[in-house]
Amino acid sequence: MTNTQWDEGQPIVSIKNVRKSFGDLEVLKGVSFDVQKGEVICIIGPSGSGKSTLIRCINALADIQGGSIQVEGQEVHDDDLDKLELRKKVGMVFQQYNLFPHKTALQNIMMAPIKVLKQPKAEVEKRALALLKKVRMEGKENSYPGELSGGQQQRVAIARSLAMQPDVMLFDEVTAALDPETVKEVLVTIKDLAADGMTCILVTHEMGFAREVADHIYFTDNGVIVEHGPPTTFFDHAQDERTKAFLGQIL
Amino acid sequence: MLETIPEFFRKLAETYPKWNFIFFYDPVQWERVLGGLLVTVQLSIVCVIFSVVIGIIGAWAQGSPSAAIRWIVAGYIQFFRNTPPMIQLLFFYFALGQFTPTVTGADGWTEQPIISNVGWAIVSLSFFAGAFNVEIFRAGIEAVPDTTKEAAESLGMTRLQTYTQVVLPLALRVSLPSLNNNLVNLVKTTTQAIAIAVPELLYEMVSIWNDYNSAQNAAMTVLFFTYIGLVGVLIFGMHRWERALFIPGFGGTK
Ligand SMILES: Nc1ncnc2c1ncn2[C@@H]1O[C@H](COP(=O)(O)OP(=O)(O)OP(=O)(O)O)[C@@H](O)[C@H]1O
Ligand SMILES: [Mg+2]
Repeated sequence: MTNTQWDEGQPIVSIKNVRKSFGDLEVLKGVSFDVQKGEVICIIGPSGSGKSTLIRCINALADIQGGSIQVEGQEVHDDDLDKLELRKKVGMVFQQYNLFPHKTALQNIMMAPIKVLKQPKAEVEKRALALLKKVRMEGKENSYPGELSGGQQQRVAIARSLAMQPDVMLFDEVTAALDPETVKEVLVTIKDLAADGMTCILVTHEMGFAREVADHIYFTDNGVIVEHGPPTTFFDHAQDERTKAFLGQIL
Repeated sequence: MLETIPEFFRKLAETYPKWNFIFFYDPVQWERVLGGLLVTVQLSIVCVIFSVVIGIIGAWAQGSPSAAIRWIVAGYIQFFRNTPPMIQLLFFYFALGQFTPTVTGADGWTEQPIISNVGWAIVSLSFFAGAFNVEIFRAGIEAVPDTTKEAAESLGMTRLQTYTQVVLPLALRVSLPSLNNNLVNLVKTTTQAIAIAVPELLYEMVSIWNDYNSAQNAAMTVLFFTYIGLVGVLIFGMHRWERALFIPGFGGTK
């Protein structure tokens, strides 16, 4: 339970032989990888290969049937898990933004730090405004999600997650629902984050972006990691036939 | 001017004996009407509040991980939705009323049940309307996307926080039109409390026309207009609330 053994030299996220099924359908068939603090890793792969499922298991939005997932040395799939502790460490951004439609951009960001972390309002507000600036959304603090474009909503969602001051950020195809022009502004935001040293695990279809920001790329197909490596090796010297076929379609 | 109104109705009753608006010129009857109106308004307000609270708690309990709790809520809804409110009222007052303890009245002689007929009317009507409110709020809750709840969960919010901060405020906005209808029905259903002698408006009006047969048409006319007025006030309030809850880009129109 305790993570006293964990130090920053060890993987911040450690996934070992994870298995996950929905009924009879086995979606993850033994996935393993480690993420070091400050690393940016990208998970790519065909639709239905289990990328979202994997990422959701990391912050316990989904349970697993076998294997182990540790965040900062703490087992995530433990009945005694303190979910609040886990979610303070792990932030998540979704494809559909999922902002709270009845709250303004600023209120969306401030809600969890005030209600969950019980931090003083004035301090949270200061941080929230700084975060809005960071995601280049200053001036929009009083807009409701319904008044923002998809890309703007997604940047607010990123700021909302960052307001919890997580150690790891999960991004699940966060640009997939956006127009091509707005994709870029969101990617720039993530790039800034990565440059600041945030540990990021991204599921993405943006190959150019993956090549540029990722330290390591994992390719999943049919519930297993087929191939992985640093971007240059992965994109230019793919070994596996399935990877080559996938990259051939996309690039 | 003020004196001319009683004069007018006194003359009217003399000219047309079937239209005796006695309460508009006889202060004693006027007091009875006012008293009844006050009880109706109080009964309506209290029942509206309780039934909404029951609806919110019931809808929350329906999503409970405990199967036993879900069964209790389902049973409650079936019972109150599928039986006539009048029978519920009589059942509460005459059947359950026997089993509640009594206290000795101020005169030191008579025994008073701790739940009066007004108390039972409140309980019965609130649970009756509450059963519908549970269903109304549930429909609203189901309209909140799972992904929105997941976002709250991934931010570390508890089930209760997610419910009060995110799900309920959104569900409420979806539920308001149906809630509106049910509360209008509730206000009208308070007249059934006459069956257990709650001195609300209908009760007082019937008493008046029993005492003065000539007042029957007049009393009924006044009843219709009073309820149109009461329901109008409720609908006005609900629309104000709906507008106050309006959010840009989320359903509805301002
Ligand atoms: N809640 C669920 N219940 C049942 N099956 C599910 C559930 N969620 C996902 N699946 C199935 O698991 C498999 C993997 O889904 P997942 O969403 O992880 O894929 P993905 O790699 O993220 O795909 P995409 O690129 O389309 O987002 C799919 O076959 C999907 O139908
Ligand atoms: Mg997915």
